[in-house]
Amino acid sequence: MLQIEKVREGDALILQLIGEVDASNSVLLDQSIQESLQPEITVVVIDGQKLKYISSAGLGVFMSYVDDFSERGIHFSIFGLTQQVGEVFKILGLDRVIAIVPDKSTAIAFRK
Amino acid sequence: MSPKLILSCSTSALAELRSFIQLNLEVFGFSELDKHQITLAVEEVVANLIIHSHACNPNEIIHLEIKDLGKKVAVEITDKGEGFNLLEYEVPELRQVIEEKRKGGLGILLVKKIMDEIQFESKNGENICRLIKKFPPNFK
Repeated sequence: MLQIEKVREGDALILQLIGEVDASNSVLLDQSIQESLQPEITVVVIDGQKLKYISSAGLGVFMSYVDDFSERGIHFSIFGLTQQVGEVFKILGLDRVIAIVPDKSTAIAFRK
Repeated sequence: MSPKLILSCSTSALAELRSFIQLNLEVFGFSELDKHQITLAVEEVVANLIIHSHACNPNEIIHLEIKDLGKKVAVEITDKGEGFNLLEYEVPELRQVIEEKRKGGLGILLVKKIMDEIQFESKNGENICRLIKKFPPNFK
């Protein structure tokens, strides 16, 4: 089960992921990010506090946007990952490609 | 008797797979972190089979069995059809994954990083993939 809550704070978009991301629902994550790519958005933040599990299907979605975000000047970061989920990012070295920050205020501090 | 599961080849069955693995790893003394990672590795292999070898056909099935090998546990994944030998799969570089916007490739990398040993055999139209993890050092 995956639920995605979107919150807009100025030019920042926060996507809270609640539940589990796997190959059955990663398309929802992809759609949510795709819809968020509007010109006025300069910061995209993933709130991972309630993300219990993510497989490569979900991680691959993040990875597929890394260049897109950078080309559009969008600052992308993730905060609030549980130890277990955070460890998966580390195993793959994704923490070197995606900004993993300690909290929401750090994430949205990149707003213009 | 070793725990067994028969799974339908649909991605909606993955949640059931996770519950089965989590529940049956309990007896081997793995930490929550280890259980999370082993579950993920098994799911990556099974999701790969469901999507690529069985085209998400819910009428086809995959068998799972968790075997106690004494000092390690093996999760045995058996299916019929076109075999996918992940030992022969060349893992992509992260940069490649980003540039090609490929949403796959990371899964097999996870399996190889998480598990201690991977075995694959294919005979009489049946493929068996064994994902093996040593018990924690303080167990047994």
